[in-house]
Amino acid sequence: MAPHPVRSAMTAYLVRRLLFAGFVLWGAVTIVFLVLRSVPSDPARLILGADATEVEISQLRSQMGLDRPLVVQYGNYLADVARLDFGDSYRYHKGAIGLVVDRFPVTFQLAAVAMVIAVVLGVSLGVVAALRVNRLADRVVSVLALLSQSMPSFWIGIVLILVFARQLHLLPSGGHGGPDHLILPGVTLALPFLAILIRLTRSGLLDVVHENYIQTARAKGLPERVVIFSHAIRNALIPVVTVAGLEFGQLLGGAVIVETVFAWPGAGRLLSDSISARDYNVVLAAILLIAAGFVAINLVVDTLYGYLDPRVRLGR
Amino acid sequence: MDGTAILPATGRPAPSRPLLSVQDLTVQFGTRAGTITAVDRVSLDVAEGETLAVLGETGSGKSALAQALMGLVPGPAGRVVSGRINYDGTDLLARPRSYTRRLCGTELAMVFQDPLSSLNPVLRVGVQIGELFRRRRGASRAEARRKAIELMERVGIPAAARRVDDYPHQFSGGMRQRVMIAMALALRPRLLIADEPTTALDVTVQAQIMQLLADLKAEHRMSLILISHDLGLVAGVADRVMLMYAGRVVETGELREVYQTLAHPYTRGLMASIPGLAGPRERLTPITGSPPDLLRLPSGCRFRPRCGFATEACRASQPDLLPVPTGPESHRAACHHAEEVVADGRSG
Ligand SMILES: Nc1ncnc2c1ncn2[C@@H]1O[C@H](COP(=O)(O)OP(=O)(O)OP(=O)(O)O)[C@@H](O)[C@H]1O
Ligand SMILES: [Mg+2]
Repeated sequence: MAPHPVRSAMTAYLVRRLLFAGFVLWGAVTIVFLVLRSVPSDPARLILGADATEVEISQLRSQMGLDRPLVVQYGNYLADVARLDFGDSYRYHKGAIGLVVDRFPVTFQLAAVAMVIAVVLGVSLGVVAALRVNRLADRVVSVLALLSQSMPSFWIGIVLILVFARQLHLLPSGGHGGPDHLILPGVTLALPFLAILIRLTRSGLLDVVHENYIQTARAKGLPERVVIFSHAIRNALIPVVTVAGLEFGQLLGGAVIVETVFAWPGAGRLLSDSISARDYNVVLAAILLIAAGFVAINLVVDTLYGYLDPRVRLGR
Repeated sequence: MDGTAILPATGRPAPSRPLLSVQDLTVQFGTRAGTITAVDRVSLDVAEGETLAVLGETGSGKSALAQALMGLVPGPAGRVVSGRINYDGTDLLARPRSYTRRLCGTELAMVFQDPLSSLNPVLRVGVQIGELFRRRRGASRAEARRKAIELMERVGIPAAARRVDDYPHQFSGGMRQRVMIAMALALRPRLLIADEPTTALDVTVQAQIMQLLADLKAEHRMSLILISHDLGLVAGVADRVMLMYAGRVVETGELREVYQTLAHPYTRGLMASIPGLAGPRERLTPITGSPPDLLRLPSGCRFRPRCGFATEACRASQPDLLPVPTGPESHRAACHHAEEVVADGRSG
């Protein structure tokens, strides 16, 4: 029997996405290399400290391969990255990759909570706003979206700490612990993302209800509830999923700030600490792992997108 | 006479009591530039089992009329301003919208102009057909699927059992329209409104779809409102015709009568634009000029700026829809010079 046409088209689609993911990772690795090589400070000098002699420094430089031509350095670097060997952290005297990997689940936990908050609230508020367009509920939701997007995360974080931790004593102000520790940082991280999802869902749904197939659904005598929930929303969510995937990168980026404000011991906080301490091996490992996480999430989103829109999955 | 070549050979059974009776229906759209009256005091009857063709150029208000009948005028811009829509003895406009919505699918159904955009791109066609049984008849998933396959077979979709799980974009235009027809007929409605069901299709497929509609109509003994801009296309199917111009009915009557005795210059113009009808002796000329701007309608008769018969009288007042002199009572035209138009046609 011939291979199932739908399934093999789906496989081809996934293979295309995987190849593309590999390409994106290579791009990220290369950009990080170029950026780190173009910052003025000298890693060898940093490691040895202020009172090292020029001889010691140049010895270490040649030991680290920093005196070789850039192309050779790039080749060695790619080989190191491929082996996931990022060198040691000079602060912790431990493998950089191990440090980051240890912190990653904690960051992922926070990002996932933020994502769930943003998607669940964003889509439902967006739907409510669209169904009540130009009425009170729509206006309230729009103002909420505007507020949550225009205030910077660190400021929202501080306000939330002041209100819910210092004043009301309802929630812990920071650190890692039970589920209650996740609420404030999760909400803070979710807010800018939430605003985008509300807007997209609302405008997507408002566009979709003017489509001809919605008129068809009504002409079939389906109750309005069914028209919206089984015919309109899925189409309206297609752009939402695309943008949600792209914005997830911002979410991981936002984790750097939120983790710092809430003393959340994740990879983001490690990254910001390592940048200030110029612990470049750790910076490199953290950035690459975040990029890999980003690519992985995008792959998931692309698959989901293909599931939502058969025209994409079946390669039109 | 000019129209005879395309007339059906046999007569039709006499129409019984009207299933649908519309009086003075007016539909308006609010736009930034002003209010458009897309349907202007239109009245019509459709008897049980009868086919009424609604004809007119683009923008004449055919779709707005259909939307109003189905309770689908897109708000808040669009509004049914006045009139009565009596369906089987009930005035739909006096009832809440949900009443009409419940009739949709089971009593009234509609086939739309563009089958691709009228089918939901993300749902399998079997699901879209089957949901009528599931949502309106409480059928199980398996039962709905089985019925969807049956219907797809009935409307002539090959390999229906396999294609039931395909998506709309995987079908050709003609097959998509068959899916639309299957959906519309699923619950055996008594009145089908087909809004230019073949406009988006190529000519050979057009004929197949028209044939399918005619067969199904006979099989289900439905009433049919067939909307078109093509006088030739409806000639083989319609019992009566109604011509619309700028939201108004300009001529109506039995198809044979109207096509033989053209009483409105607009109908003559539309007739002349059918290829193959205009013979060497043909004196009809296609309509010149473009459809009117509904925001800036001329005074008096709306067709006046494009009409070869226009006089001062046409500038002064809008003609009423009156019986055509010398014709049967049912043949009506809204033209100050109807008699002259008829005589002119005869002498040609
Ligand atoms: N949603 C809408 N908003 C504003 N104006 C509209 C809307 N729908 C229709 N109209 C206007 O109402 C008038 C009648 O439109 P309608 O679609 O009924 O014409 P039609 O006879 O079906 O034409 P066609 O042959 O092109 O389908 C047109 O002038 C159109 O611009
Ligand atoms: Mg139309």
